[in-house]
Amino acid sequence: MTSANNTPLLEVRNLRKYFPIQKGFLKKTIGNVRAVDDVSFFVEEGETLGLVGESGCGKTTTSRCVVRAIAPSSGQMLFRTGEGQMVDLAALDRAALRPLRPQMQMIFQDPYASLNPRMNLFEIVGEPLLVNGLVNRKQRTDQVAELLQLVGMRPEYMQRFPHAFSGGQRQRIGIARALSVHPRLVVADEPVSALDVSVQAQILNLLLDLQKRLNLTYIFVAHNLGVVKHICDRVAVMYVGKLVEMAKTGELFHQPRHPYTAALMAAVPVADPRVQSGNVELKGEVPSPANPPSGCYFHPRCAYAAEVCRTQPPDFREINPGHFVACHRAEEIELPGISLK
Amino acid sequence: MNTQNAPLLSVRDLKTYFLMDEGVVKAVDGVSFDVHAGQIFGIVGESGCGKSVTVKSVLRIVEAPGKIVHGQILLRRSRQDGTGGEEELDLARLDAHGQEIRSIRGAQIALIPQEPMASFSPLHTIGNQIIETIMLHQSIGKKAARNLACDMLKDVGVPMPERRLDEYSWQLSGGLRQRAIIAMALSCNPRLLIADEPTTAVDVTTQAQVLRLLRQLQQERNSAIIFITHDLGVIAQMASFVMVMYLGLVMEQGPVDEIFHAPKHPYTQALLRSIPSVSSQPRVSLPTISGSIPHPFNKPLGCPFHPRCVKRIPGRCDARTPALQAVGEKQRVSCFLYHDVEVSE
Amino acid sequence: MADEIHDATAPSSETSSRDEDRVSVASNWKLVWWRFRKNRLAVASTIVLLMFYAVVLVPDFFSNQDPEATEAALAFIPVQRISFFDKTGFNPSVPDVVGKRNPITLKMEWVHDETLRIPITLFVRGYKYEVLYLFETDIHLIDAKDPKSKGRPHFLGTDRLGRDQWSRMMFGTRTSMTVGLVAVALSTILGVFLGGISGYFGGWIDMVIQRVIELLQSLPTIPIWLMMTAALPQDWHPERVFLAITIILAFIGWTTLAREIRGRFLSLREEDFILAAELAGCSHLRIILRHMVPASTSHIIAASTLAIPVMIISETSLSFLGLGIRPPAISWGVLLQEAQNIQTVALAPWLMAPGLVVIIAVLAFNLAGDGLRDAADPYGH
Repeated sequence: MTSANNTPLLEVRNLRKYFPIQKGFLKKTIGNVRAVDDVSFFVEEGETLGLVGESGCGKTTTSRCVVRAIAPSSGQMLFRTGEGQMVDLAALDRAALRPLRPQMQMIFQDPYASLNPRMNLFEIVGEPLLVNGLVNRKQRTDQVAELLQLVGMRPEYMQRFPHAFSGGQRQRIGIARALSVHPRLVVADEPVSALDVSVQAQILNLLLDLQKRLNLTYIFVAHNLGVVKHICDRVAVMYVGKLVEMAKTGELFHQPRHPYTAALMAAVPVADPRVQSGNVELKGEVPSPANPPSGCYFHPRCAYAAEVCRTQPPDFREINPGHFVACHRAEEIELPGISLK
Repeated sequence: MNTQNAPLLSVRDLKTYFLMDEGVVKAVDGVSFDVHAGQIFGIVGESGCGKSVTVKSVLRIVEAPGKIVHGQILLRRSRQDGTGGEEELDLARLDAHGQEIRSIRGAQIALIPQEPMASFSPLHTIGNQIIETIMLHQSIGKKAARNLACDMLKDVGVPMPERRLDEYSWQLSGGLRQRAIIAMALSCNPRLLIADEPTTAVDVTTQAQVLRLLRQLQQERNSAIIFITHDLGVIAQMASFVMVMYLGLVMEQGPVDEIFHAPKHPYTQALLRSIPSVSSQPRVSLPTISGSIPHPFNKPLGCPFHPRCVKRIPGRCDARTPALQAVGEKQRVSCFLYHDVEVSE
Repeated sequence: MADEIHDATAPSSETSSRDEDRVSVASNWKLVWWRFRKNRLAVASTIVLLMFYAVVLVPDFFSNQDPEATEAALAFIPVQRISFFDKTGFNPSVPDVVGKRNPITLKMEWVHDETLRIPITLFVRGYKYEVLYLFETDIHLIDAKDPKSKGRPHFLGTDRLGRDQWSRMMFGTRTSMTVGLVAVALSTILGVFLGGISGYFGGWIDMVIQRVIELLQSLPTIPIWLMMTAALPQDWHPERVFLAITIILAFIGWTTLAREIRGRFLSLREEDFILAAELAGCSHLRIILRHMVPASTSHIIAASTLAIPVMIISETSLSFLGLGIRPPAISWGVLLQEAQNIQTVALAPWLMAPGLVVIIAVLAFNLAGDGLRDAADPYGH
C-alpha cells in the first residue's frame, strides 16, 4: 500500500540523539553517548516498518524521537499530516506539537507499567478523548465502549481497574488507548516481548487486523526476529546507533547484504531440532555507544572486514531497488540467509 | 551423549505448594521426570507452569511460604561411607539448611540463574566469589583455588582471565557476566547443571555464544544439564529430551524430535503452531490458543488446560485430571485423548 | 475478529466470580484499606488515635473540672484510684482525700480516706461548655455522682497549684495534637508543592530548591527555635503564639517530605503511563494533579503520619524548655514543665503522666503510619 500522493507518511533524515556525559562539579561535558547516530529512513502509509537490533543499538531511542517523547539533537522528521501538510516534527516546539500529537501514538512494552493503576479502564482509555476536547461524558462512554470492543474486550469491563487483568488484556487496553484519538502512525515499542508465548500470537493477530481495518501505519520495534518477520512489511536493522540495512522483510531474511544482519539471522534458534541454527558464533562484544570504533562500527567483529572498513564509515546506500545497506563490500560478499520452510 | 541405565536424578510425583493467606498455590502439583548423566533435559512452559519452582525444589531453595509437601527427589551418587558402589539420596527428605544439602549444592548440582547481575555480589570481585565456591567444596589452598578459577574463566572463553578475576561483576558486559556465572557454576565440576532461563535476559548474538559454550562444556565434562526456558527455539537446539509443563503439571515428555515433529498433547501442538518463526510465511494470521493462563488461585478442575483446549471431552476433561502415561517408546502424555488413567488423589 | 476473551481468572464457582468482581472494580484505596485491615497493630493504633482526636474535638466533655482553677490548698493531691466494687456491689468510686499538715516538714500530706468515698459515674452533668461553637451542653464523661459534693475526684492528681491534672491533660491533648496536625498539614502543602515541581521539572528549578533544602536542613534546629520564639512579642495572646509556633515548625519541617516527593516524582516521570499521558496531549498540570499526585498520595499520607509525632515532640520539647507554648495555655510540654525538677519527680511522680501520653501518641502514629505505608506499597516499589 503506497501513500496517496507518493510521499511517505514519515521521512526521517539524519536523525541524531546524543546524550552528553557530564563529569565533575561544574558538569563539564566530556563526551557523548551517541544513541542515535545519523539515521535516515522512511515509512509509507499503511505499512509496517520493523526496527530491530540488540541492546544499545538505538531502536528505542529512535522510536521515542519519532513520537517526540524526547527531542532529537539534530535532524529532520518530516511527517505528512492529515491535512496533507509536511511538517518537521523535530523543529516544532511543545505548543505547536500539541495539536499534532493525536496523529502519532505509542504502544508500550511493559503491560504492567503502561497503565495507571489508580484509574479504571474508562478513565484510561477515555483520557486522550477528554484531553482532546470530548468533554461530554456520555459520548466518551460510548466511544470507550466501542474501542474496547474493537480490541476484543467486553465494554462492561470499563469500571474495572488494571490489576484485574492479565498481561495480554492490559496490552489490549493500551492499544485501545492509543487508538482512541485516531492516530495515523503507531509506534509499537516491543509490544509482545513481555507476554507469554501463547498470548503473543493473539496480540499480533489483533495488530494485523487493526491495521487492515483502520489503515494504520506501524513502526514496530522488536528484538525477536520471528515476531518481526511475521508482522513487518519492511525491516530496518540498527547497530550501535546506526542503520546497517533496510529492505523488504522477505529479502532481508533470505538475502541479507550486511554481515551483521546475516549474523543476526544465523544466531536465531529455530524451533526445529532437525535444523541446525543458532550456531554461528559472532566473536567480540557490542561496542559502547559512548565510544564506538573507527570507520564502520561493525568492523572489529566482521568476518569480511577490509582496510577501508577500518578507516571509512560506509554510506547507507541503495544497493537494489528498496534495499539499503551500509557496507563497503556489500556487492562482493555472499551471505547466507534463512531458508524458507 | 551418554545415557546410563539408572538416571542421575529421578523426581517422583513432586508437589510443592505455597501456603498463603489468600489460599494455597499448587505451584508444582505432581511432577515426575528422570535426568540421565550427560543428557540435556529441557523444561519448557509459560509463566505459572512451575518450571522454576521445580528446580528450586531440587536444590531445596524454595522460598517460604513454599514447601515440598509430597514426592521424592532421588539423586544417585557414590556411597559416602567409602564402601564403593552407589546410593540414592532423597533430597526432599533433607534439611533445607543442613550440612548435607549444602555439600551437594555447588558441588554435585550447580545453578546458572536467570539474572547474571543479581547472582554476583556487587561488593566482591568475581574472583573472590568463584574462589569461595571452590574452597567451600574442595580442600585446596587459596592459591590453588585461584589457579583453578583462572582456568575456569579461560575454559568459558573470558579473555584476560587473570585480570578479570579481580574485577567486579558490574565492570563486565552482559555476555562476560553470563560466562563468569557459568564458570562459577562449573568450578566444582558438578554432575548436574541447572540452567534457569540463562539466555532470556541477553541479546540473540550473546545467546548464541552462551548456548554454544554450554553445549561444548557439556560434551567435554559429560555433565547433565536441566535447561529451563520458554523459548521453543532454544529448546529445539539444545535439548535431547523435553518436558512441557502447564500450571504445575507435566503435559508431555519425550525426545526432542518427537515433541517437535509428533507432538501429542493439544497444548504442545497449539503452542508450536502459534509461534511466529523466521522461516514461516509473513503477515499471515497465526493460529492462537484462546483465553489466557488462569490465575494460580483459580486452577480449573480436572485437566488444567481444558478451558482453552479445542479437543476437550466435555464431562471427562473438566472433571478428572489425566495422569502422565507412556504413548510410544519414550514419549509420555497427560491427556485423555490417549489413555484413561487418572491422577490418584 | 475479536478473540474470545476470558478473564485473567477463570471462575470455577459462583462465589469466586463474585469475589473476583469485587476485587476487579476495587479502586486502589479500597485495596489499600483491605491490606491495612490485616495489620492488627496498625488498626489498634488507629483506634487509639481516633480516641485522641475525640478528645481534641470536645476536651470539655472528657474533663470534669476547670483546668485553670487554682487552689493552693489542694496542691499535690496524688492519684485517686478508682475501685469498682464495694460491699453493695458494682459501685465505682474514688476515695476522698484528707489533708494533714506534717508538723515537721510543714508539707501538706494527703491520705486516702477509704471510708469517705466519692461515687463516680458516666455522663454526669457538670459545668457548661460549648461544643465546637455549635451548641451548649453540660454533660461530662466521668465525674462524681453528686456534682455538688465537696470532695472532687482527681483521677490524675493535682499539681503544685492545685489544678486538676486529668482535666488539664485533656486540654493539653487538644493543643499538642492540633499543633502537630496543623504544622504537618502546612509542611505537607509546602513539601508537596516544592518537592513536586523540583522532581517534575528538574533542571535549575530542581537545583535551586535542593540547595534551599540543604541549607535549611543544615541549620541547627534548637538555636533557630530559640531565635524565632524569642522574637515573638511577649504580650501576644497565647492563641497567636500557638499559631506562630505552628508556622515556625512547618517552615523547618517541609524539607524531609519535599525530598521524598521529589524522589517519587522523579521515578514516576520515567513510567510508561506518564509518557502515554504526555503523548495523549495532557498538560503539565493535568499530569501532576491527575497522575503523579494520586500515585504519591499513599506516600504523602504515610510520610505525614510519621511526621506528626516529630512535630508533637518538637512542640513538647519547645514548650518544656519554655520556648514554645507558654502558660496559661496548656499543652503536654507545658504540663511537663511542672515536672522539671527532681523534687517534683520524687514527691509527685504523677505529674510525669503527660510524658506517658506523649509516648503513646507517638507510638500510635508511628505504627499507624508504618501500617499505612506497608499497605500502600507492599513491595516498596
